[in-house]
Amino acid sequence: MNTGMSVIVRTITRLVYGLSLVFGFYVIMHGHLTPGGGFQGGAVVASAFALLLVAFGAAGIKGHLNQHLLQTLEEIGALAFLALGFVGIGTAFFYNLLANSGSLFGGSVPIGPNAGVFNSAGTLPLMNWAVGLKVMTGIAAVVIVMLVGARKEETE
Amino acid sequence: MRKAVILVAFLFVGAFLLLAATSMRPFGEPSFADMDDYFIANTQVEVAANNAVTAVVFDYRGFDTLGEATVLFAAVVGVLALFRKLREDEV
Amino acid sequence: MNIGNLPFVVAALLVVFGIYTFLFKRNLIKLVIGVSLVETGVNLFLVTLGYRTGGIAPIYTFAPEAERMVLPTPQALTLTSIVIGLATTALLLSFAVFIHRHYGTLDVRKVKELRG
Repeated sequence: MNTGMSVIVRTITRLVYGLSLVFGFYVIMHGHLTPGGGFQGGAVVASAFALLLVAFGAAGIKGHLNQHLLQTLEEIGALAFLALGFVGIGTAFFYNLLANSGSLFGGSVPIGPNAGVFNSAGTLPLMNWAVGLKVMTGIAAVVIVMLVGARKEETE
Repeated sequence: MRKAVILVAFLFVGAFLLLAATSMRPFGEPSFADMDDYFIANTQVEVAANNAVTAVVFDYRGFDTLGEATVLFAAVVGVLALFRKLREDEV
Repeated sequence: MNIGNLPFVVAALLVVFGIYTFLFKRNLIKLVIGVSLVETGVNLFLVTLGYRTGGIAPIYTFAPEAERMVLPTPQALTLTSIVIGLATTALLLSFAVFIHRHYGTLDVRKVKELRG
């Protein structure tokens, strides 16, 4: 796995990688309007990272995907999700304080089928970002560690 | 002898599962849907979101999502710790 | 038997195949595949529990006018179950790598010794 795959696979990966990242961030960001959300979008971005790892090998991504940075970002995502639960602690744990309130994501939505208002749903978009960051960096860190750790033991 | 016992037990469990699947209530008519009717009717009023599934996951049942985030975090930490110990064995 | 009950029968068949795989196979990777099959069958069963005949997805953006909506709660629980299945499979595969490095084999019947 240290060498990666052939020229055709590497060329197609260079074309598809940016599109996959953009699509994954779109699915995370619009979780309160269309099907998707934090977990689904995080899985899409993690699969883009795994495609990069398979196509270029463990030696090809040594300078680009750092394992310790991914670990730190995953911890930040988990702590941010927990802190967002404490925002509405005056009424209850996980109370949606910002919905229908007029501040950061506090617009209101017309009842019935409509075209989608982005500035709505309170703490839901913020929680989508926190969970999406956690899932994508966690799965990328696990894939890198399992590939690099397994190969290094076999060659020594 | 041991394989015969395992085979009989597996056939018993398999027959029980298939019998239970064929005698379920009709597909397409849920029996207890009062809570979900409340969720569908009140998502745009209380949560101000268009997506009822995301509102259930993060607002009405947010505590379950906290448990799931903890399980994912524990699994990632477990895998990272397992492979770190092996590298220290070589040194 | 009602022919409309076919989704429940398919989910039960997946669980039965998964149980067969981890009872009768000897390779560790095949055991992990069997566990993954059982989890897939259970997730499919959860999603088919919440269906309403002629219903649409429970989303209001660009929705067709005045139709019945499918129940959203089983879909939320299935999301949680899929993520937990992923975590379990990752840990199982890490243990398989560890066992292969320690014993040199992946046969379940040969890894019976407790070495200190």
